[in-house]
Amino acid sequence: MIRVVLPGHLRALARVGAEVQLEITGPVTQRSVVDALEAQYPMLRGTIRDHVTQQRRPFLRFFACSEDYSLEPPDTPFPEAIASGEEPLLIIGAIAGG
Amino acid sequence: MSRVRVLAGTRKGAFILTSDGKREKWDVSGPHFAGWEMYHLKGSPADPNRIYASQCSGWFGQIIQRSDDGGKTWIQPGTPPSAQQGPGGMPKGESNKFVYDTSPETGKPLTTHQFYDGNQHPWEFKRVWHLEPSLTDPDTVYAGVEDAGLFRSADGGQNWHELSGLRGHGTGPRWQPGAGGMCLHTIILDRSDPQRIYIAISAAGAFRTDDGGQTWKPINKGLYSQYIPEPTAEVGHCVHHVAMHPSRPGVLFMQKHWDVLRSDNSGDLWKEVSGNLPTDFGFVIDVHAHEPETIYVVPIKSDGEHFPPDGKLRVYRSKTGGNEWEALTKGLPQSNCYVNVLRDAMAVDSLDKCGVYFGTTGGQVYVSADAGDSWSPIVQHLPAVLSVEVQTLP
Repeated sequence: MIRVVLPGHLRALARVGAEVQLEITGPVTQRSVVDALEAQYPMLRGTIRDHVTQQRRPFLRFFACSEDYSLEPPDTPFPEAIASGEEPLLIIGAIAGG
Repeated sequence: MSRVRVLAGTRKGAFILTSDGKREKWDVSGPHFAGWEMYHLKGSPADPNRIYASQCSGWFGQIIQRSDDGGKTWIQPGTPPSAQQGPGGMPKGESNKFVYDTSPETGKPLTTHQFYDGNQHPWEFKRVWHLEPSLTDPDTVYAGVEDAGLFRSADGGQNWHELSGLRGHGTGPRWQPGAGGMCLHTIILDRSDPQRIYIAISAAGAFRTDDGGQTWKPINKGLYSQYIPEPTAEVGHCVHHVAMHPSRPGVLFMQKHWDVLRSDNSGDLWKEVSGNLPTDFGFVIDVHAHEPETIYVVPIKSDGEHFPPDGKLRVYRSKTGGNEWEALTKGLPQSNCYVNVLRDAMAVDSLDKCGVYFGTTGGQVYVSADAGDSWSPIVQHLPAVLSVEVQTLP
């Protein structure tokens, strides 16, 4: 079971708390995490990555164990601490706007 | 006694303002979807409790919301109550998928438009500017989007399909974004002819279909735009808004970037009716509910200065379908007012006397319960108002 922390607006949209837990079989990567998120919370489809291009939305970043994985290829495995659930994966919205 | 329900979309959420037919005392509900840009909310003429809302964000993209109880509760379409509980007790839903039709059968392989720098640029979906529910079917709704395209849902907003004949009819490569983006912001359905739809795009112009959206033609003859290389071009005009009275579907009124115009032949030819307006720049235009020749605009100083001339917020009314205008000032600030009134932020109710409403970028929503003779603020401190619609309820 891995842990994911969502930005506030996506928590409201999915009606969840700060952290959600996901069951992932196989490598824990950007792609597999977002696949699992969208499967469990379909209302989040299109909000983290574009429906068509599957590209991460530019104002969102993925942080794992204090490292920015946003620019890594989508199938790059996250650290073991994320895969084991020891540390949460942080999906963070840019601090911008008013 | 009849009631009214005003739907206000703002930069940071939606607000629902309700009153009885006197329109003096108001209940305010909101913010709904706090923190999100609410570009537009509109109720179904066929079922007033059915309301569609466009919710969007620079961070998270586009969401479509729907209420079936007049705005008390909302769902993302695709989550009927019987199937609302997904894994973990969460609602299911995926109503925000707007994909341009590029299929060879219907979409035509048109993929670029003119960009700010003059180069061709691929179509990229950004947001829904305007939702227009069908006049007869609560489950059918049209969406005008940026980059400019027209979509339709026939299942209550769950699945969307592009009416690609508009984007693909041939002039698309000459469309270009205005400062606010290349948005399809106006959709007008004709009650007398279900096959006829008018739309308008900044900055492309106005277009009409007479076959339910399969084929389209530009209807910009008579427009003159000094700010484009060919002022009388077939397309490229920055149309800000178009209005029509339901009883006279062939008569259209337009607020262009500059100029107020009318057409008496379904858009085939336009003529300027700016007359004695202090400035003919502006965004909104609307028609009195019971007097098809009475129209309203809010003059804005210029394209570089988006606020009322002289710091005086004035609605102008013409009872002659244009050319002769009178300033309506009673109850509106007449000094130090530098707000804007955006293109979808004016509406009229169908009570007697006709109510007129508009919202400002300063967060005020004003009402006139006497067809514009006098005004009062319903609310004064909302986030910047993007859109105002009103429903007249039994």
